[in-house]
Amino acid sequence: MTWKQVFTSSIGKKIVMALTGIFLILFLIVHVGINAMVFADLNLPLWPFDSNENGAIFNKAAHYMGSTVLIRILEIGLFAGFFLHIIQGLVLEFDNRKKRGSENYAVSIGNKGSKWYSRSMGLLGTLLLIFLIIHWYHFWLPGREIMHHEALTPVTYDGIEMHNMYALMEYTFKSPLVVLIYVLACVSLAYHLLHGFQSAFRTIGVSNNKWMGLVNSIGIGYSVIVPLLFALMPIAMHFGWVSS
Amino acid sequence: MQHYTMNLTLKVWRQKNSKSKGHFESYQVKNISSEMSFLEMIDVLNEELIAEGKDPIAFDHDCREGICGMCSMYINGRPHGPWEQNTTCQLHMRAYKDGDTIVIEPWRANAFPVIKDLMVDRSAFDRIIQAGGYISVNTGNAVDANAIPIEKQKADDAFMAAACIGCGACVAACKNSSAMLFTSAKVSQLSLLPQGDPERKTRVLNMVAQMDKEGFGACTNTGACEAVCPKGISLSNIARMNAEYFSASLVAQ
Ligand code: SF4
Ligand code: FES
Repeated sequence: MTWKQVFTSSIGKKIVMALTGIFLILFLIVHVGINAMVFADLNLPLWPFDSNENGAIFNKAAHYMGSTVLIRILEIGLFAGFFLHIIQGLVLEFDNRKKRGSENYAVSIGNKGSKWYSRSMGLLGTLLLIFLIIHWYHFWLPGREIMHHEALTPVTYDGIEMHNMYALMEYTFKSPLVVLIYVLACVSLAYHLLHGFQSAFRTIGVSNNKWMGLVNSIGIGYSVIVPLLFALMPIAMHFGWVSS
Repeated sequence: MQHYTMNLTLKVWRQKNSKSKGHFESYQVKNISSEMSFLEMIDVLNEELIAEGKDPIAFDHDCREGICGMCSMYINGRPHGPWEQNTTCQLHMRAYKDGDTIVIEPWRANAFPVIKDLMVDRSAFDRIIQAGGYISVNTGNAVDANAIPIEKQKADDAFMAAACIGCGACVAACKNSSAMLFTSAKVSQLSLLPQGDPERKTRVLNMVAQMDKEGFGACTNTGACEAVCPKGISLSNIARMNAEYFSASLVAQ
């Protein structure tokens, strides 16, 4: 059995989806953690952070992520993870669709026994891919100076010059349409994770009910909290809940 | 429950052979007893069709007591009809009421081509079993069945997996037409027991390879199979097979 066979059999394909999926789940924790620093500037009474810092905490964190060599090397792994997950997902979706044959059922089985989102991972994933491209265009390309963006100005803290990513976020989320796209993407992400999280662990072989129970609970919590935090960022910026 | 009779409209998939294109045909059946089984109701209709000189509806069945796995009808959008953990042959007409319309289709999957009407060719399952769903034993004196101690939990899990009757409802229900529930039940049943241990690795690799070759899809854990399985085969068998497959594939030459 060659390595190719290991990863291209029906179970092998799923294992690729599961391992890259878990990797992307871990990445999202880092992503949401760093981005949640924009909430340091929330205009709330008794908020422990200084709400007049214009996103300094977030900007410094973003600068650290962008300027640390080890993290940039990990970023290559991240791209590989995204790439494999997307390509393999599309291959799986199209392969599986062909297995039904020419005639489909007149009365569909619908939701009897399975959830709509577990049957719609291909669609949800495609929506997320479209969002990912928009998202790269908004932040990653300007942040890495691959694309010039006039709203991305430099800012200096303690003598170190860096990008004012916070200002770029504020600029981007002025548009209600952009906010809407981001919120809808977060909804897609929530449903994608609701199935994907537990499915990934089943695929790598968690058959023990005690452990699966734990995975299910953590999965539901993760699928709600992470997309919700992400969705709150454009909303908070658009409605001026965080100061500038 | 009170006995009653009913008149029904059936919409049945008719297809001459695997080559021809099929279509739905409507039939009215009258005075059906609530105590009849679903297949008896089809028998009544077939008697009438024969009396009229028409071609009776071809369908698979054998034991009619829920143990052989031959009966295979996709009834109103669900394999084996509306009841939980039940086969078509054990479905009774008290599940319906007067005036109901029932749509009956064959299992639909590339790997299960229609032979005629509601009959499909499920020999792909036989070939999956032939690929590794067995244990090899030495000839000679039979060993005492209780000579090898087996943990109770494992024996129970193996027994529950062995309840699979190979009906194919899992494939019929799955949006991916995946045979993972069936194959994983057969793999689990043997790999959980010491007698199945020597061939454990080759078994899972060969059975999955055959499953892929037969043209079944890849599982995405939607759970539709488990919901319609007449024998309550659990999705955790699929996870067990995934683990077996992964570890076996890493060491296989
Ligand atoms: S797993 Fe269940 S549905 Fe599938 S073949 Fe076995 S008994 Fe039928
Ligand atoms: S006819 Fe044997 S299980 Fe239904």
